Amino acid sequence: MKSSTPVIVLTFIVGILIIAEFFLPGLNLANASNEVQNWGVVIAAFALGLAAVNLVRIHGRRIILRRSEWWNSALLLFFLFYMIVVGIIAGTDYIAYEFAFQNVMTPLGATMYAMLSFWIASAAYRAFVARSIEASILLISAAIVMLGNAPIGEAIWARFPALGSWIMDIPNTAAMRGIMIGAAIGAIALGIRVMVGIERGYLGGGNE
Amino acid sequence: MFIASGRVFTFFMLILLAIIIAYYIKRSREGYVPTIRPIAGLDAIEEAVGRATEMGRPVHYTPGIGALNGATAAMTFAGLEILSVVARTIARYGANLIVTIRQPTVLPLAEEVVKQAYMAEGAIELYNPDTVRYLSQEQFAYAAGVLGLLHREKAAANILLGAFWAESLVVAETGNSIGAIQIAGTARLTQIPFFAAACDYVLIGEELYAASAICSKNPIKLGSIAGQDIGKIIAVGLLVCGALLETVGISWLTQLLVK
Repeated sequence: MKSSTPVIVLTFIVGILIIAEFFLPGLNLANASNEVQNWGVVIAAFALGLAAVNLVRIHGRRIILRRSEWWNSALLLFFLFYMIVVGIIAGTDYIAYEFAFQNVMTPLGATMYAMLSFWIASAAYRAFVARSIEASILLISAAIVMLGNAPIGEAIWARFPALGSWIMDIPNTAAMRGIMIGAAIGAIALGIRVMVGIERGYLGGGNE
Repeated sequence: MFIASGRVFTFFMLILLAIIIAYYIKRSREGYVPTIRPIAGLDAIEEAVGRATEMGRPVHYTPGIGALNGATAAMTFAGLEILSVVARTIARYGANLIVTIRQPTVLPLAEEVVKQAYMAEGAIELYNPDTVRYLSQEQFAYAAGVLGLLHREKAAANILLGAFWAESLVVAETGNSIGAIQIAGTARLTQIPFFAAACDYVLIGEELYAASAICSKNPIKLGSIAGQDIGKIIAVGLLVCGALLETVGISWLTQLLVK
């Protein structure tokens, strides 16, 4: 028996359990399904420990070997241990923990999110260069949709908002639904391959 | 009712699809090899790894930021499946690989996938335990980590296959700015346009799920793709019939679908 066989059997049983609980409430499998999902939470907690070990190992080595910009690694490890120690000893409501979270973590996340607008502008600039027929169609459609959503568009031509809505509601929605249906069926097929053990690359295995 | 209300049709469609896929897998075992159209993004993986090897720069790979449960789990699994293919190619070429991870649960799987890929290629001595790097569970902290890493390591190729949210464009645009060859794929509709704008090759929706099967050239896996195509034909047939019937005022099919 191959070493991955028990994992494949377990995957199949758990997969069938979750599917049956979703479609067949009459079987009263909710408790078993919740229990399995609770195991997932416990495994995730252990995985977080492994992730912390991975961080310490990689960044610790960077500091020891004085690799380029090693001070970033030192700062990362300092804040990692700072948050762990303060969080465990004083709790997550303690001012020193909350201060770091509210005044360091949250603004940095918001800054990265805000920078998205600049990334969108640079990506759109490249995408809208009319190099081919497809790119030209994209450019014209995007211009109409933007003019339809901006007040200046309606001021130029009253039909811009309706035309923009048509592009979004008909061709755009049709393409999106096509992708969505294909992706849903593809996900089901992948799920079946994983459940029956044909696809086990995620276990580090090869072909069937 | 025994089957949950509103899920009856879906349940029977799932069973039908499973039967069709099982039938095609059985046919493949008997020697039938379906013809699958080539996907440019997958053909480009070898080219990207070769380029990275020649330049002496690493390949960055991420299986997305989705977890192993919930609606995006299939994308994460697909990302890990293709990681296996990419890691084997890299082991063959002797290039450097950097895999960045956001979800702690994905970390041990990714480490195992990469290690087994090096072993399978007989190049375990080239395996570096620092290949798979956990960055952060915070979405934008992860994005910032990848951004810095791409700039520092000057990755020659940037491969993004899995579930992505708003960080997709940050990572893809950074890859573009450093001149990396970029291959991206996701089934998340809102992120596909970002990848299309910023990347050289994009795997759209189902192509992501089929990618590992196509790369493996395993007839049994390819058989399941053929079965999946029959499922698509059925879906299109239902769409056309439903639209025509609704147009002439007959709604029994629509009512059947929501049962």
